Amino acid sequence: MALTESIGEATINGLAYVGGLARLAGGSARAIFIEPFRGRKLNLNRAIHQAMAVGVEALPIVSLISFFIGTILALQGAYELRKFGALHLVASAVAISMTRELGPLMTAVVVIGRSGSSFAAEIGTMKVNEEIDALETMALEPVHFLVAPKFLAMILMMPCLTTWADFMGVLGGGLFGVTSAGFTWAGYLRATIDALILRDIVTGLIKSVMFGLVITSVGCQEGFSTGLGSEQVGRSTTSAVVNSIFLVVVVDLVFTALFYFTAPR
Amino acid sequence: MSTKPIAPQQAPEPPSGPAISVRNLRVKYGEREILHGINFEIAAGETLVILGGSGSGKSTLLRTLVGLELPSGGEIWVRGKNFAAMSDAERDELLKKMGMSFQGGALFGSMSVADNVALPLREHTALDESTIEIIVRLKLDQVGLSGFDNYMPAQLSGGMKKRAAIARALAMDPEILFFDEPSAGLDPIIAAGIDELILKLKKAFRITIVVVTHELASAFLIGDRMILLDKGVIVANGTPQELQASKQPRVRQFLDRIPEPELSEEMDYLQMLTGEIPPLRR
Repeated sequence: MALTESIGEATINGLAYVGGLARLAGGSARAIFIEPFRGRKLNLNRAIHQAMAVGVEALPIVSLISFFIGTILALQGAYELRKFGALHLVASAVAISMTRELGPLMTAVVVIGRSGSSFAAEIGTMKVNEEIDALETMALEPVHFLVAPKFLAMILMMPCLTTWADFMGVLGGGLFGVTSAGFTWAGYLRATIDALILRDIVTGLIKSVMFGLVITSVGCQEGFSTGLGSEQVGRSTTSAVVNSIFLVVVVDLVFTALFYFTAPR
Repeated sequence: MSTKPIAPQQAPEPPSGPAISVRNLRVKYGEREILHGINFEIAAGETLVILGGSGSGKSTLLRTLVGLELPSGGEIWVRGKNFAAMSDAERDELLKKMGMSFQGGALFGSMSVADNVALPLREHTALDESTIEIIVRLKLDQVGLSGFDNYMPAQLSGGMKKRAAIARALAMDPEILFFDEPSAGLDPIIAAGIDELILKLKKAFRITIVVVTHELASAFLIGDRMILLDKGVIVANGTPQELQASKQPRVRQFLDRIPEPELSEEMDYLQMLTGEIPPLRR
């Protein structure tokens, strides 16, 4: 009895959580795509400011991490491939795993750590300081004012960051290819381009947009659900990171399965 | 701080009915009812002070009046319209005519003082930047903060934060101004300065002002009329003189600062908050 009860409760809470995320995303979609045509403009300056923070400022760390991941992939791949004398396949192994999976995923992890957490902290602090209430009493809808610019920044910047991460990963793999697998840089890049089809890159970018939606909605939702007192902001930030990582992996699984079963054979 | 004369803006048309009329208002947090059927009216141009101890429901009442809490029953009529039954657009229009000064100021920490004051103007009006700049200067002048345009809220003292918050509340030339605990957390001198500012605004603009406070001195100074809330019901409603003369035990206890018998158990506390059982078991 107690078990079924707690399963039921967890299910209801989980559904309510996802419902809350959908409401934030829906409200923001309206603010971005519909309301500007009804004369209620979105503050583009805020979106640009967010895009700088989410995207441009993340470039160094995303570059470094994806470069290393590319090298690691090459090393791990080569370990198995050399048994078959197929070391030349390292380029395509790195290219495909980076663009389809690790480029989007590692970018998402970095963005969760940098931006998802800061969304929660920013909105949480505003909640604690009554700033959210102040917005409402000024007839400024918090979703329109705070959340929508973040969504806009995120859906623009995630594909850009991911493309860059894919490229840096390929370079990282190239470092191994050139130094230990007998490639020239030109040869490695050509092998990469030959191995990739557009679908690999596009599926990765679609995933990255979905990850961006998850990260923004979870970060903002955790911010809004911050309780009273400043120590609650820390709690919100932590759950923003943990829940985002979990949901990004779930979304990744769903989309990877979707792409697998819809792929032409 | 400058106390320049304030150019009187067009005073809102005086009394064609009350500015706010609250009828049988009930508010619940979850299962617990905080306000048990409140009735009162605020005349246009009047300054009403809502007095009450901690947990009396005065903050909830204020939050409900500005639309931050939804009533579970009853009605709030603002300028002849039912606040609860409005469309979102109507409610937004009404909110633009109200200003609220929060207890801690609630200034946006990421914006300068000037940007805080300018925000409602930028979001709700089509005024150009130079006009907005002039209005912001004027508002900061009115609250005695000229020259602090580019300060960040974190650089301001407690009293200055409240002044900046009042300037922001004044930005849209509100017809009704709400204050949540304007002198809480301030030393007596700074608090007196805020009281004086409220009096100045009242005289200059003749706007309707609603102040929630538990500071008796400030309440008697600024209030035209007072309401004493206790456990979610109104126990007294009258002019400061009427309240002073009141013989009602709860009023006397509050005004004469007679301590409550100490509460020892959680249930006593919860019952005191909601008034489900009379707590004065003497």
